[in-house]
Amino acid sequence: MQRDLVRQFLYDMLLARRFEEAAAEQYTQGKVGGFLHLYPGEEAVAVGSLRAAEPGDYAVSTYREHVHALMRGVPPGAIMAEMFGRATGCSGGYGGSMHLFSAEHRFLGGYAIVGETFPVAIGVGYWLAMNRSPDVVLCFFGEGAANQGTFHESLNMAALWKLPVLFICENNHYQIGTEVHRQAAVVEVYKRGCGNGVPGRRVDGMDVLVVYEAARDAVQHVRGGNGPFLLECDTYRFRGHSMADGGDYRSALEVAELKARDPLLNLRNRALENNWISEEDIETLHQKAHAVVEEAIRFAEQGPAPEDLYYGVYRRPLNLYQGRP
Amino acid sequence: MKHAAQESAGLIAPAKARSELMVWEALNIALDQALAADEAVFIMGEDVGLYGGSYRVTQGLYAKYGEWRVRDTPISENSFTGLGVGAALVGGRPVIEIMTVNFALLALDAIINMAAKLRYMSGGKLRVPLVVRMPGGVARQLAAQHSQRLEHTLMNVPGLRIVAPGTAQDSYWQLTQAIREDDPIIVLEHELLYFKKDPFNVHAEAPPLHSAAVRRAGAHVTLIAWHRMVDVCLQAADVLASEDDISAEVIDLRSLKPIDLPLLVASLKKTHRAIVVEEDCKFAGAGAEIVAALQEAAFYELDAPIARAAGADVPTPYNGALEAASIPNAEAVTLAARRMVGAREE
Repeated sequence: MQRDLVRQFLYDMLLARRFEEAAAEQYTQGKVGGFLHLYPGEEAVAVGSLRAAEPGDYAVSTYREHVHALMRGVPPGAIMAEMFGRATGCSGGYGGSMHLFSAEHRFLGGYAIVGETFPVAIGVGYWLAMNRSPDVVLCFFGEGAANQGTFHESLNMAALWKLPVLFICENNHYQIGTEVHRQAAVVEVYKRGCGNGVPGRRVDGMDVLVVYEAARDAVQHVRGGNGPFLLECDTYRFRGHSMADGGDYRSALEVAELKARDPLLNLRNRALENNWISEEDIETLHQKAHAVVEEAIRFAEQGPAPEDLYYGVYRRPLNLYQGRP
Repeated sequence: MKHAAQESAGLIAPAKARSELMVWEALNIALDQALAADEAVFIMGEDVGLYGGSYRVTQGLYAKYGEWRVRDTPISENSFTGLGVGAALVGGRPVIEIMTVNFALLALDAIINMAAKLRYMSGGKLRVPLVVRMPGGVARQLAAQHSQRLEHTLMNVPGLRIVAPGTAQDSYWQLTQAIREDDPIIVLEHELLYFKKDPFNVHAEAPPLHSAAVRRAGAHVTLIAWHRMVDVCLQAADVLASEDDISAEVIDLRSLKPIDLPLLVASLKKTHRAIVVEEDCKFAGAGAEIVAALQEAAFYELDAPIARAAGADVPTPYNGALEAASIPNAEAVTLAARRMVGAREE
């Protein structure tokens, strides 16, 4: 494993962890409103898979998408400002935590209805295939989304037309409070792709190096015109579903066991054991991540509020009656 | 036999412009021209390709443009409509056909939660140039699950634009214009109008996409309608003119979001009376919005409360006589107008 890559992954995960902790703090202080779904525990999935993608590739994600946006290169300040509801946010303050978008980073959201990422992703994939583009789409979803009709509908179409879509399941074992064996007869999501003609595999989603290598192979498969692939990452979220969820449905023992598999901690320990990186270097990365997040908060606080209630409902205001005064 | 085989395979040519066309032919020409003019345009839906469209609207286009531009889909309304949203976000101009509005209920997540909101939720940074065509209305004994009108459901969604062409010429114009716009637009069609023959001029200049049109000028009462109910109003206007000496103005709304309110108000200033004639159910129907908007805009022009002749608040029955009784006909409109105009003269 290249040292530069390990260093990159460590920094990415440090930034992701710090960003989410800061978001929780800002939420607690009342500066972030609405629903807030955080990513700690699952960092290896977004970091490993999106680092295996090219800048020209697209990503479509769920309402737990801050880290995916970060990995696509959306500036941390623009994400934090969006959560603060500011005009300087990546969605102008109109979307919020669950609706981050940045077309220039080929990050297409930010969908808060479970299962919506599938049709959006195959739509982008259809357009790419129709135009014989070399780019691919990474479509993120949770295991709970595999119970939606759109999962099967979209995987069928993706396989039928050999669309360049990599479906990435973040299987964190819970759809809010319902554990996977209580919501699905087949708990391994990759097996549910097979019936729709989408090959797949399941990997340890708590190990960023494993995710990265699996994603690299999967992206290559998809980019090679072989049709879609489903990469299931077995992972875990350390926090509740959202800030409103205390997570009482999980035992303390279970959470403690999974926290022992913390992807950030594990990579750090392995990197030190193998002399891929020094303690000092890690501390430098740690401080850099903190500084970047502090700057993001400062940027967010300074942003003006959006003012035009009607901005962007239509391309241009409709000049005939539609209820608008 | 050869002809039948070709037709079933969707391989006969697209329609040609003539001075008279059926509505489906006009839509077919609009799609053919849009596909030819812009490579970003593609069509998707159930049986739109090889089969040629369940109302023939896409006939011949599959053979002419190939399967990537005219795509037969599995029966997965929500996902193929959502596919259109995704493709629109990155440069495509998809035209999605949903076989009937009833099936669009399965695609409302894609239409309402996604297409209508993405530009706004992204702070105006994304665009969704998506056209979704869907025929609705009471047809011929198709029963409750195949006879709905969903105007009201879609009208209440910010971010959508809705047009409702009722003639061959408008079908051509409005579909052509809708495909060029950068907002998601619902093109509501009517199942009973596809095989109606109308005057057609492919070169005539189109009015604005959302403008209404006066189909018959009159002085005593304004009849406001769209789709098939325009023809019902024109029949009623004939009867009112010949039997009652009542001169009815008939307005074809053509667009349900936005609504051409200035044209309606101008008509009211002349007639001072109005009846909204709608096929959809009366309770919280499209007409309720039209009446409310008119009384806000022109209350002091009114000589009588605005009336509604509307669909009965029932799931559409199968029995033909009951079905006919569930929506307005010319007689009902005639009676309503007679009552309204007569009341003033008494």
